[in-house]
Amino acid sequence: MSAFYALLLTVAFLVLIIGLTKKIIQYSRVPAPLKIPVTPAPLTKGGVAIRLAKEAILFAALFRSNKWTWLFGWMFHMSLFIVLLNHLRFFITDVPLPLILLQNVGEYAAFTMFIGLAGLLVRRMFVARVKYISAPSDYLWLILLMVIALTGIVMRFISHTDIIAIKEFSLGLMSFNWQDLPTDFPLMVHLFLVAALMILLPFSKLLHIPGLFFAPTRNQVDNPREVRHISSWAAELDAEKNKVQPK
Amino acid sequence: MADFETPEFREYPAVPLIKQDVMAGNGPFISRAEFDTDLGYPGELPADWKEKTLEKMGDLLGRYRSLQVFMDSCIKCGACTDKCHYFIGTSDPKNMPVARQDLMRKVYRRYFTFAGKYFPKLVGAVDLTEDVLDEWYNYYHQCSECRRCSVFCPMGIDTAEVTMAAREILAHVGKAQKYSNQIIQKVYKIGNNLGLPGKALKGILEDLEEEMEDECGVPVKYNMDEVGCEVLLMTPSADFFAEPHIDGLIGYGKVLHELGITWTVSSKASEAANFGLFIGSYENIQKISMRIREAAIELKVKRIIFGECGHAWRVAYSFLNTLAGPFDFLDQNYPIPQHILEVTYGALQDGKLRMNKAENDHLTMTFHDSCNVARASRMGDKPGGQFDIPRAVIEASCNNYVDMDADTIKDATFCCGGGGGLLTDDLMELRIKGALPRMEALKQVTEESGVTNIAAICAICKSQFTKTLPYFGFEMDSIMSVHQLVSEAIVMTGSMQEKELDGVDDEAESDE
Repeated sequence: MSAFYALLLTVAFLVLIIGLTKKIIQYSRVPAPLKIPVTPAPLTKGGVAIRLAKEAILFAALFRSNKWTWLFGWMFHMSLFIVLLNHLRFFITDVPLPLILLQNVGEYAAFTMFIGLAGLLVRRMFVARVKYISAPSDYLWLILLMVIALTGIVMRFISHTDIIAIKEFSLGLMSFNWQDLPTDFPLMVHLFLVAALMILLPFSKLLHIPGLFFAPTRNQVDNPREVRHISSWAAELDAEKNKVQPK
Repeated sequence: MADFETPEFREYPAVPLIKQDVMAGNGPFISRAEFDTDLGYPGELPADWKEKTLEKMGDLLGRYRSLQVFMDSCIKCGACTDKCHYFIGTSDPKNMPVARQDLMRKVYRRYFTFAGKYFPKLVGAVDLTEDVLDEWYNYYHQCSECRRCSVFCPMGIDTAEVTMAAREILAHVGKAQKYSNQIIQKVYKIGNNLGLPGKALKGILEDLEEEMEDECGVPVKYNMDEVGCEVLLMTPSADFFAEPHIDGLIGYGKVLHELGITWTVSSKASEAANFGLFIGSYENIQKISMRIREAAIELKVKRIIFGECGHAWRVAYSFLNTLAGPFDFLDQNYPIPQHILEVTYGALQDGKLRMNKAENDHLTMTFHDSCNVARASRMGDKPGGQFDIPRAVIEASCNNYVDMDADTIKDATFCCGGGGGLLTDDLMELRIKGALPRMEALKQVTEESGVTNIAAICAICKSQFTKTLPYFGFEMDSIMSVHQLVSEAIVMTGSMQEKELDGVDDEAESDE
């Protein structure tokens, strides 16, 4: 069982990294032939960085758009971020002080993560407009993440699992020195679904993670009159057609 | 006229409940083969349409980062679902931006992703059939490419990019729209969207000059094909005869005359609008844009100024440098290209224009931000100049100005309902229903603040409002050009208006 999980998680990690890298390479290679920032847009690269940061960290557009979706969505994502930080301790031998301090509040992030996801699920099921646009996979993602959060909560607060053994297992994973894993049921479910999440991410709508930063509507500088923007395939058309010159 | 009911004003503009398939149908008239072939399309459904469709889709996915990223990154959060004026006006769920994108995304997933190839039901992927194409044709012609949804999308997904790609794909399998393609063909053959030949245009401009001489007593010039002027004026051809568009053209002429700037229009490029944008064809956008470069070179001008036209200004501001540049033969001391409002605003700032606002005292104005100016371009040197500059010019021209509700202006502005290639009679029902949110916002300020008129800076908005205002109980002529207000208020040096205002030369006047 331990070997199966070790293999599964190793493969899952590789699929995640390779799949995501391939997608990112694809996104960066496809040209953006025209300037299409949604205006008002920043006039400098620094301004664009701020614009993207506001979207990635605060979900600024979503806040403007729908307060409930923002509330649940932001709560879920920020909680997940804290939960991930908390899990770093499983991969670091000597846990640094900030992570130890974070642990005190961080362990409750699983609850806010669950509440956020539940809110999103309720919205998806009961708001007719959102229901209309939902495929089975849209529900399954929320349920999968909720079960991951729930099993985490169970292990932390109800049926404690052997954390020391898990840490040895996870540290071992990184050096391909596979250790024994406790066989608690919640842990088995937790890790299996996390592996599934990592494997499916590069083939799913979770590609919104890199996608957010590659949207030309948000990542382009508003300077088309000052700087001539020309992409690879457009440049070929340009060379061919752009022959009229003043005499 | 189509058989439909004008939507009623809602007491509380709440989000409508979805009503499936209320806008199902065949879409606008399909193009005739002759228009298509001139634009480089087949003009009929080829036998291998399925392969052709997927091939073109793959081609576009490899050419446009926007399309590739947007196909992947939608999380179906629903933020956009209540943002489209066509959804608000029709309640058809396929007019929710995400659902509109999904028409293509479902096919993308089926043929271009692992999940959709092997688990189509799970991720909502569908097979490409002719019915799917027909549905694309119908619903991708219920999008005015106004980008309002993209403002609210947490991923920055712009449905306009998807609509343009869909129309481009459809055109490659013989399902192009007649309205846009016929117009583009007219641009290539005659020089403008309306098919107005050079001779007729010359006649109109000469009449305008006579009219100005009579009304103002100063020789305001409206040149055509005059070599050696400082400025090439690119303006939508509707400005040459439609109301209230032409009153805007009169205004540009007065401003440029007062500033001592010589200008001309070109009979060859007598159209600022670029319908290549609507059909999503880079090649056609570029070909149409090249006329401007050629005209500027032939007429030996130093500057290019654009009149009031929304999509034209998007193409001019955002794309012209890319498509037809570099413009190193023009005067680099001015923005290339420049908007007429930037010229007027700059002159007002410098105190070069004398305005008698009292001329417009019978009006209480509001301003409709045209979608493509608001969300796809800029004016001036600051972000948001496209909102501030038109308002500053209006307020310099009249004493009474009120903004509409904050959720319906600036970058949250609603499309007029007729943009993006939909300004055609065969889509009248859609146009009227899509105008509902704007009409409601207008209604509110007429009741609360006594607004009498609405100004716009887009030929399509002006034409669309002329049609839609009466449906909603407003006067047809309450839509005005911004430069119409300028034209009424401006006091040109040596004009009758100046003499009247300053109370001199009254006798000389009456002696005439």
